[in-house]
Amino acid sequence: MTKTGEIAPLAAKERYKPGVLKYKQMGYWAPDYEPSETDILAVFRITPQDDVDPEEAAAAVAGESSTATWTVVWTDRLTDHSHYQAKAYRLEPAPGSPGQYFAYIAYDIDLFEEGSIANLTASIIGNVFGFKPLKALRLEDMRIPTAYLKTFQGPPTGIVGERERLNCYGRPLLGATMKPKLGLSGRNYGRVVYEALSGGLDFTKDDENINSQPFMHWRDRFLYCMEGVNKANAVSGEIKGHYLNVTAATMEDMYERAEFARDLGSVIVMIDLVIGYTAIQSMAKWARRNDMILHLHRAGHSTYTRQKAHGVSFRVIAKWMRMAGVDHIHAGTVVGKLEGDPNVVRGIYDTCRETHVPKNLEHGIFFDQPWASLKKMMPVASGGIHAGQMHQLLTYLGEDVVLQFGGGTIGHPMGISAGATANRVALEAMVKARTEGRDIWNEGPDILVQAARSCAPLRAALDTWAHVTFDFASTDSVDFVPTPTAS
Amino acid sequence: MRLTQGQFSFLPDLTDPEIAAQCAYALDQGWSMAVEFTDDPHPRNVYWEMWGAPMFDLKDPAGVVIEVNACREAQPRCYVRLLAFDASKGFETLRMSFIVHRPPDEPGFELIRADGPGRNIGYTLRPYAADAPPGRRYGPGRTP
Repeated sequence: MTKTGEIAPLAAKERYKPGVLKYKQMGYWAPDYEPSETDILAVFRITPQDDVDPEEAAAAVAGESSTATWTVVWTDRLTDHSHYQAKAYRLEPAPGSPGQYFAYIAYDIDLFEEGSIANLTASIIGNVFGFKPLKALRLEDMRIPTAYLKTFQGPPTGIVGERERLNCYGRPLLGATMKPKLGLSGRNYGRVVYEALSGGLDFTKDDENINSQPFMHWRDRFLYCMEGVNKANAVSGEIKGHYLNVTAATMEDMYERAEFARDLGSVIVMIDLVIGYTAIQSMAKWARRNDMILHLHRAGHSTYTRQKAHGVSFRVIAKWMRMAGVDHIHAGTVVGKLEGDPNVVRGIYDTCRETHVPKNLEHGIFFDQPWASLKKMMPVASGGIHAGQMHQLLTYLGEDVVLQFGGGTIGHPMGISAGATANRVALEAMVKARTEGRDIWNEGPDILVQAARSCAPLRAALDTWAHVTFDFASTDSVDFVPTPTAS
Repeated sequence: MRLTQGQFSFLPDLTDPEIAAQCAYALDQGWSMAVEFTDDPHPRNVYWEMWGAPMFDLKDPAGVVIEVNACREAQPRCYVRLLAFDASKGFETLRMSFIVHRPPDEPGFELIRADGPGRNIGYTLRPYAADAPPGRRYGPGRTP
């Protein structure tokens, strides 16, 4: 604990004298405060400017994200002020990062409107992120109390509901994003959908930037995609889907597109994170009313989740999205082309899928998080993954996940349908081997080679991609590593 | 046409020892096994006929295989699937489901398109086998 410049609390007369006071003097630093079980808790990584006392910086974050402004205001005295003040109750140096601290802040539940992510975030990541006395600020994690969680709908369908609707159990779901992501006409696009689904995938997907462009208007896309989906259902006897992206300029447009998708019999629609928290919550409620699975593509998140010193960690975004209510969320692959430290990804997957997530600093989880009865979100792993990594994917990500092989399906040398079959055979062989008790981490490549003996498409996939890896250091890693204890 | 519902339909049909190995895993997790059969493989036919109640107290994989074989013998012209049910909180649903027996011939599904206004199409999936009444599908006596 950093102890610099002890400042005694002031008597009311002094505290409210017009002028500028330290935030600590105004009551936002409260090291003796015991958070109550209904408090909303946040932990920020703060990087104070060189001449700023870290405790004062923590108090400032608490102040600026709750009641304070830069100067004393007498109108505070018309309120039960200490009740509404956020309280910085703990400060710890960030291990291995000189000049950075973890500031723990408690907010009374009365500060927030029930069931509103917009209201919650307007405080927690509002003005405070531009505050000059800090060089950088990052929201690392939050604890949402059960009392507040229960004011949110949560995922409209959930993992269990999704599997029951799709009649698909006991294995990861398989998907692929249609490529090229821009330029295909509706008719040609639907062809890719049909080939991928009839080859063995469960889902195909619009990319985040496919909306209603001149080369393919949305109605055209929806009609041709549903022809592909239904034909694939008929040749397999399975229930398949295409994430029809309903992202649009206005809510009215999005509702119109979502309703058309529903009327055509689609089991799933898709939105982008960039539509904003309120639009996401509106679509979550629409999806619950219309028995629709809601897929969220996290377009834009890397602008604020990736850098360790400033922004919002993705585990917090995942938490907000489970509250807002989406069924699918892209959550990292570990082994693919996009950012994803294994421990960070594990923490995010737990946040999506567990009914209770215990504090685990090695996974970047700073608080116990009970999920009350909010449904579980299905994490989606997408970006630079292929059939040759199936043993790693199953080991890292488990069973309740959608594995999306875009290039790994459509780029297959024998064609799209063969690419899909290669992925499905690799997946089924790996799940079967794991269940039989084999050590898939070490025997995985052999298991795939063996499965490829009766599956030429898998053989071709392994020949093409088995040696492709994306081995770069992650920029967003955890701060805490296990310390070996002498026992 | 090969019906590809279930966990392992893209692999060669499982042998009895392979089925037993899957059951051993499920029973180890504390899940209960159940055998079901049907002659209506429509993907939204949720309720296949139960070959008895789920085997909540059965802990021996060999016992499950005995039930699978009894069901195969009694319903050779049906699909038979094996399910693992997890009663724990947060799941309370199936955790495994795979086909362990198929009828000798799988004619597949017809896709019926009902034209609507504005190029809208209403899609219906119909198993060809459903042309015949239950009990007379998949085999001699099946109407063409």
